Amino acid sequence: MTGETLYPRLEPLLAQIQKPIQYVGGELNAQVKPWDGAAVHWALMYPDAYEVGLPNQGLMILYEVLNERPDALAERTYAVWPDLAGLMRENGVPQFTVDGHRAVRDFDLLGVSFATELGYTNLLEALDLAGIPILAADRDETHPVVVAGGHAAFNPEPVADFVDAAVLGDGEQAVGDITDVVKAWKAQGSPGGRVELLARLARVEGVYVPRFYSVSYGADGAIAAVTRTRDDVPARIGKRTVMDLDEWPYPKTPIVPLAESVHERMSVEIFRGCTRGCRFCQAGMITRPVRERTITGIGSMVERGLKATGYEEVGLLSLSSADHSEIGQLAKQLADRYEGTNTSLSLPSTRVDAFNVTLANELSRNGRRSGLTFAPEGGSERIRRVINKTVSKEDLVRTVTTAYANGWQQVKLYFMCGLPTETDEDVLEIADLAVEVIRAGREASGRKDIRCTVSIGGFVPKPHTPFQWAAQASADTIDHRLRVLRQAINADKRVGRSIGLRYHDGKPGVIEGLLSRGDRRVGRVIERVWRDGGRFDGWSEHFSYDRWTAAAAEELEPFGVDLDSFTTRERTEDEVLPWDHLDSGLDKEFLWEDWQDALKEEEVADCRWTPCYDCGVCPTMGTEIQIGPTGRSLLPLTVV
Amino acid sequence: MARQPDGPPPPPTVQKLRIRYAKRGRLRFASHRDLARTLERALRRAQVPMAFSAGFSPHPKISYLGAAPTGSASEAEYLEIGLSVRCDPEAVRTALDAALPQDVAVLDCVEAGEGTGSLADRIDASLWRVELPGVTLEELQPAVDAFLASDVVTVAKRTKNGLKDIDARAAVTSASAADEAGCAILHMVVRQVTPAVRPDDVLAALTAVADLRPPLPARAVREAQGRLDDTGTVADPLGPDRAARISAPEERATI
Repeated sequence: MTGETLYPRLEPLLAQIQKPIQYVGGELNAQVKPWDGAAVHWALMYPDAYEVGLPNQGLMILYEVLNERPDALAERTYAVWPDLAGLMRENGVPQFTVDGHRAVRDFDLLGVSFATELGYTNLLEALDLAGIPILAADRDETHPVVVAGGHAAFNPEPVADFVDAAVLGDGEQAVGDITDVVKAWKAQGSPGGRVELLARLARVEGVYVPRFYSVSYGADGAIAAVTRTRDDVPARIGKRTVMDLDEWPYPKTPIVPLAESVHERMSVEIFRGCTRGCRFCQAGMITRPVRERTITGIGSMVERGLKATGYEEVGLLSLSSADHSEIGQLAKQLADRYEGTNTSLSLPSTRVDAFNVTLANELSRNGRRSGLTFAPEGGSERIRRVINKTVSKEDLVRTVTTAYANGWQQVKLYFMCGLPTETDEDVLEIADLAVEVIRAGREASGRKDIRCTVSIGGFVPKPHTPFQWAAQASADTIDHRLRVLRQAINADKRVGRSIGLRYHDGKPGVIEGLLSRGDRRVGRVIERVWRDGGRFDGWSEHFSYDRWTAAAAEELEPFGVDLDSFTTRERTEDEVLPWDHLDSGLDKEFLWEDWQDALKEEEVADCRWTPCYDCGVCPTMGTEIQIGPTGRSLLPLTVV
Repeated sequence: MARQPDGPPPPPTVQKLRIRYAKRGRLRFASHRDLARTLERALRRAQVPMAFSAGFSPHPKISYLGAAPTGSASEAEYLEIGLSVRCDPEAVRTALDAALPQDVAVLDCVEAGEGTGSLADRIDASLWRVELPGVTLEELQPAVDAFLASDVVTVAKRTKNGLKDIDARAAVTSASAADEAGCAILHMVVRQVTPAVRPDDVLAALTAVADLRPPLPARAVREAQGRLDDTGTVADPLGPDRAARISAPEERATI
């Protein structure tokens, strides 16, 4: 029977594996709706381990939005660890949802949220475990429609052979439209089979169906053209944008896991989008314009969410939370509201700005001031102009010193290396900065036990950003710069012992680069790596660089391209990029000019406070910036 | 000088409640840490006025007693909570039960009796029921007999420091085999010793003495915990608190 529970067959396997709790479901606020009551069944997957996937806001939002519809049902599924995957294959138990333990194969749609490209092999593993052909071309109308979403879906070309469709942009309304199309097609008796269903989906705004677009290549291995193969699908696919976030207060009742997860807190998205214009940041580019939730909208989400979950911490999320037009009032009023309730409030990593220390002080009014995180991203003032995240060294030192003086004991600083035009000197300035921060901090706080942790990762150029044309730094370059930085930090022992350095080697970034800016030919590499045992590529204990490079060498060779063509090669202005037919709203000419400005170390301001600089998003998408201040305020909660 | 929290210290504990709860069904796969997080969040949702420790990271005053291992169900888990406002124990039981997932049930909630001593001192043994799907009574009975006839049965136990040999026999004060609908059931009373002897260890001992190899994973349920008495069974650890309450009824607030 379709939709029946697999739990009785799964349970004996759970006694034999690590952390079985992640597979049993039954979490607070999880839902299991009757199978037959719904016309359209969605399995929603986060292609990583449960502990990483469960807190994902995107998946949680869509789960609620879909389950609120009487005609739809949504359940969650996550990547299963190799210990259980092996037992499932031995015992013929297919990929299942954790809510109803229903076979993923039984659902009408499988939605997969790709926050990072390193989840691609986990998609193939899940499809195979589910008994769904990994190639979209091999599926028929009895198989779920595999839909990719999330930021990586802005260049789904590397997984174009494996997904049936990709949704660009915000999913809240798109999933409803897709549900309507599938429901109508099923009610009509599935006319025209799978191809007709996909053609109908391809006409939904924001939905890209790769099979209706063909890619041709020139003799030099570059893309010659991307052309549609039917004239009833759009030539270019534009992203979806949800306006008025107060109308979409999701998740209303966040799922609370029993198992430990990576974020043990409730999150409220205080705004979406960012126009700071940091040139490395794909999230900031593809989520424009800025749409704020109002202070009162945020207040009621926090109140409702805490009641529904029992969490003791609330994270105020966005791409740059301190930029909310009423963040000062919000921080103060929320702190007032929850004073004495043992509820803590937090902001994610922030820009380097003295105001952010004030904010953090307010949020931690009665809590411990343990760690504060800033993200200068670039080591030198010069490179910070290149990436358009300008802050002077003096301001940076002053801000961090203020934090120490206010009782914060540990400051974490995020940096990237391998940025365009970067030299060893740019990276070495991080060491100078850290030393100066510790010296000034010891003086200002009168304490010796303050610490500064430098966290540094290799930069990966992303599609739909001004750096989409840039040459990615090689793994050797990254590793060399990290080595000289480590030596410089350790040079002065008296200060160096107060400085921690956290970094990853450059190899995983190269593969992320291949998958980020790859085209359809990279799909062969992904499949090969999966067939060779590649899984959980985001986990260092599972990631194998050698497996990826060997697969890339063999699978790309017949096409006359190689790993370097996709990573360390700088692209030219006239090159057809694999994602050119996917429209984030940003004008390609704007991005190219911004790339040229980056090379000239010229900055661009934020359009929230200065005139529009014509990035193209608002006119193309028919959207506008939605920001406060509203002037409203939060009333104290009545004591229960 | 390190910062100190502003304001007055947190309100003191005015009442201690002792709670017996069950973990059942799918939640037998929850670890002790999983359950502790779940209970603490449920206490917040149920708005139970917990007492907190002082300092910058105040913790609710909860103490857990010997948790059943991950994978085992239990009808007899115990914890003690400190409240900053007096509450009716039954009202707390109902509210907490409603705030917990279905597979965690709050069975009993009593006020700690004045001068009755600590709960931990009233627990030194567990009563276990282990279902062995795919094993018949005819297979289990001789294995149990052989086990009971042995003075020492050494089994390898996985610990933090790798495999370690322990004796699984001495801690078992009684064991018997039964049958329910063709499935063998092992009943036993196991003393709580260090290192702990768990149902898995006793099953490994049955393999060692009689080569009993269940084809499917066993399902263990802890049916009771308490102090081992002269009759070989365990006493209700909340008994003394109930007795104290009956002899000294007092005024109660409600939540």
